[in-house]
Amino acid sequence: MTDAPPGYEGSGFFATSLDKVIGIARSNSLWPLPFATSCCGIEFMATMGSHYDISRFGAERPSFSPRQADLLLVMGTIAKKMAPVVKQVYLQMAEPRWVVAVGACASSGGIFDTYSVLQGIDRIIPVDVYVPGCPPRPEQILDGLMQVQELAKSESLRRRNDEQYRALLESYNILEKR
Amino acid sequence: MIDNQRLVEEIGGNFGEKVRQFEENFGMLTFSTSPEHLTEVVAFLKDHPVLKFIFLTDITGVHFPDNEGAEFCAVYMMHSWENRIRLRIKVFLPKENPVVPSLTPLFKGANWMERETFDFFGIVFSGHPNLKRILNMEDMDYHPMRKEYALEDPTRNDKIDDLFGR
Repeated sequence: MTDAPPGYEGSGFFATSLDKVIGIARSNSLWPLPFATSCCGIEFMATMGSHYDISRFGAERPSFSPRQADLLLVMGTIAKKMAPVVKQVYLQMAEPRWVVAVGACASSGGIFDTYSVLQGIDRIIPVDVYVPGCPPRPEQILDGLMQVQELAKSESLRRRNDEQYRALLESYNILEKR
Repeated sequence: MIDNQRLVEEIGGNFGEKVRQFEENFGMLTFSTSPEHLTEVVAFLKDHPVLKFIFLTDITGVHFPDNEGAEFCAVYMMHSWENRIRLRIKVFLPKENPVVPSLTPLFKGANWMERETFDFFGIVFSGHPNLKRILNMEDMDYHPMRKEYALEDPTRNDKIDDLFGR
């Protein structure tokens, strides 16, 4: 159970802002899309399993279609040849969407400091949360998910329409420059 | 029982001057030939009624930047299932014209291995039906396994000293 947001309560009514209600709803029903390419993906499988149980945080339904996903979890080394695929998956997701770079490789290329490996997925798509580790333990991945929950909870409903967000997407050539 | 001695006799006896530099490394017979003789040597080994080297295990490349006139080497490994013996064929190529005939007419499996060798070393396999990159990005404009690049590009800015302690 999640707590009610701050608001005015009386007999038969409760008043609060729409932002907060929607934030709570979103943050407790994040549908993750696991984009797993290597060992971080194995750790995520443990995170999904009964022992660590990512469902406790509302991420009950891993979505293998980007169209129905809210949260892109990129877990593992992304080769440069794979980069357009990651970007396409991101583009197919509907707003609001969040991205977590799980592990050293997705965050920075990790130990693969070489010609064929993308040096961090933030070179092609905007990233909200970075989870360090090589690979990170399930607890760390859960912590990353909880950070995204905080972002979703406190995000203004106008954020995705404002100029700053547009400029961010333009800087990644996701939206065309106006 | 076919051993390396028998192979040397068969191959050397049949091709004479066309094959050379026979040596044995870790029990495996190695020899070199020229690009123009490669196809006939491989076809001989494949179609031989006794030797029966019917399996092309691997094709790869090596770059010897200091070996003037023969900077590149295409390496072929063959296996005779029936005789339980392997051998290795080397073809040295000059860097100006690293061209060797494709073995795809003899072995279908040579297709991807030759594409890989082309991708990483830039060795051209003439007669290959589809010689393009197989593992690296298609817009890559160099052959990464050649020993002609600095270990790290000094102009790159994607790894910062502050973060990575370089």
